[in-house]
Amino acid sequence: MYQYDKYDQSIVDARVDEFREQTARRISGALTEDQFKPLRLKNGLYLQLHAYMLRVAIPYGTMSGRQMRMLGHIARKYDRGYGHFTTRQNIQYNWIKLEEAPDILADLATVEMHAIQTSGESIRNLSSDQYAGAAADEVCDPRPWAELIRQATTFHPEFSYLPRKFKIAVTAAEEDRAAIRLHDIGLKLVKNDAGELGFEVYIGGGMGRTPFVAPLIRSFLPADNLFSYCAAALRVWNRWARRDNIHKQRIKILVHDLGTEEFTRQVEAEWQEILPLGTDVPRVELDRIAEYFAPPPFESELSDNVDRSDPDFAVWLDQNVAAHKAPGYAIVNISLKPIGGIPGDVSADQIELIADIAEQHSFDELRATHAQNIVLPHVRKDRLYAIWQVLRDAGLAEPNLDLISDIIACPGLDYCSLANARSIPVAQKIATRFADLGRQRELGELKLKISGCINACGHHHAGHIGILGVDRKGTENYQLLLGGSGAEDASLGSITGPGFSEDGVVDAIEKATNVYMRERAEGERFLDTYRRIGMAPFKEAIYG
Amino acid sequence: MAETNLRFRDDEPHEEPAVSIEAFLGQTNATAVRIEAGEDARLLLPYLDRLALIEIDFPRFRDGRGYSSASILREAGYTGELRASGDVLVDQILFMRRVGFDSFAPETPIDPHALERAFERFGYFYQAAADQAVPVWKLRHG
Repeated sequence: MYQYDKYDQSIVDARVDEFREQTARRISGALTEDQFKPLRLKNGLYLQLHAYMLRVAIPYGTMSGRQMRMLGHIARKYDRGYGHFTTRQNIQYNWIKLEEAPDILADLATVEMHAIQTSGESIRNLSSDQYAGAAADEVCDPRPWAELIRQATTFHPEFSYLPRKFKIAVTAAEEDRAAIRLHDIGLKLVKNDAGELGFEVYIGGGMGRTPFVAPLIRSFLPADNLFSYCAAALRVWNRWARRDNIHKQRIKILVHDLGTEEFTRQVEAEWQEILPLGTDVPRVELDRIAEYFAPPPFESELSDNVDRSDPDFAVWLDQNVAAHKAPGYAIVNISLKPIGGIPGDVSADQIELIADIAEQHSFDELRATHAQNIVLPHVRKDRLYAIWQVLRDAGLAEPNLDLISDIIACPGLDYCSLANARSIPVAQKIATRFADLGRQRELGELKLKISGCINACGHHHAGHIGILGVDRKGTENYQLLLGGSGAEDASLGSITGPGFSEDGVVDAIEKATNVYMRERAEGERFLDTYRRIGMAPFKEAIYG
Repeated sequence: MAETNLRFRDDEPHEEPAVSIEAFLGQTNATAVRIEAGEDARLLLPYLDRLALIEIDFPRFRDGRGYSSASILREAGYTGELRASGDVLVDQILFMRRVGFDSFAPETPIDPHALERAFERFGYFYQAAADQAVPVWKLRHG
């Protein structure tokens, strides 16, 4: 994986120094809260209901054991012994003191990590495929381009006071594991007929209160022009986005207001202005970055056989372990969704244990996923059983990847000052209701996503089943959505009808799954059945 | 117009008051123009060689449209004074310098010590911009 050189380290160190000084000016009163707020947000520091929250960047979700161990250290030293992995492949800490925030950034910098641009109106941490470099279905590892974009968008002087936040995702596989079409810019690496690498460019997707699936803006962008094209889109948006209504300032609104054709015309015209300036990073630099992402030294002649005689292990193997491109290796998903637990939460002890496993068994590499789980990307199959035993003993072997209890949930009203309703207790109740593993596996792939407010951090629009918490006359109320997807078949869910109480929404979900069990055709997932038979039978079962 | 108290140019300050884009496009002899946030800086491109001062207003420091206006003007070869006015704060001036502003008329005074530290702090930048900084990728490859 990527390692800093003196330039990267110097920039991150300078940022720590800058934020330490800005924090001191805030504490002294030289900066007003209004002036300080965007500065702290650009360093990932939010003010929540009970304390500050710090969001730490895990660029494109990739980290080493040493970096993971530092995340545990921070949880223990500055927080309450745990952290929360987010839907942007980041980690956040919920009990931070302002005066300690600069020390945390300094600790992070010692392991080449930071919290730069993890919030605020900036270009956020890039997301990518958690199976990058390990997946059999990718044209190449997308992370060198992700790192290139990370650098190009870090402290970009023109694009640091944008109309709103801006999120970019990069993938290179047929299967979309990063929800690229629900990003401001979604990039998919492809090869053209001549065998050259380029990008499909999708612009204007997003969730929030006005969700859109991004339209295709360009079907083949030469890979070497990646940044200039992104810059053109950013400039068109920065210049012409609305600035009068915070809810209408995302690029998706501009794309929608102008129409895809006119927006595309403007971006292409701007690109023709920018292209001659030569701001694209040359291939030699991409090659330098790509060396860090060279495949690890996989051993050859390894057996693909795995002893399945332990039935509990066999279930985990079937559910949480994915195919690897190298013979004898596998991709291990560590579920952070124990039944009744808080989705994405992990203790310092668990963090350190996962770091140990990564160092010993996965070429010192880990991934955070947008579904709030952890991936060990390169594990020898003959070590799976031993690893499973260690994970199981630490409460990290819930075999529920992509099942109904593998729930994405935002922190909700338990922490977040924007939330209208709690997300965590709903997730816990649903997981508990469907705790029976045989039943979950019978229901099959079922992506359930919960947001505690309309900002949609819990991706409810993209859930096969989505839940949106709202405030109705002072009580928490939950709307149910069906039919969303964040994958390559991206779609937005539709609301079933009137909302429910916390227990009522769990009942409604159970009724919806009963309709699926009754109506499904051979090989159909919940989502497929919904798409085939439509909302009516579900509505009838839920409200009838 | 606020008083210009920060200037990073060697030439004499330009004293002519800046006119609006609309007024500028309607007459032929003005040499100083002011761009409000949301106005199109590209309208000035045919006239850059006779402009000595372009002032770009920041109604709120969080309104970043002026950074793109400045970039466009410098990319088009404008070499005259480029002034940021309005809600201009010390924590934004580094990036303003990078996109080509070389004078500042802040509504409230800037702490010179904080400004000095802001200019000295970052030794390297990832991107080429309108300043002289060499982007990191170029430093890496000579």
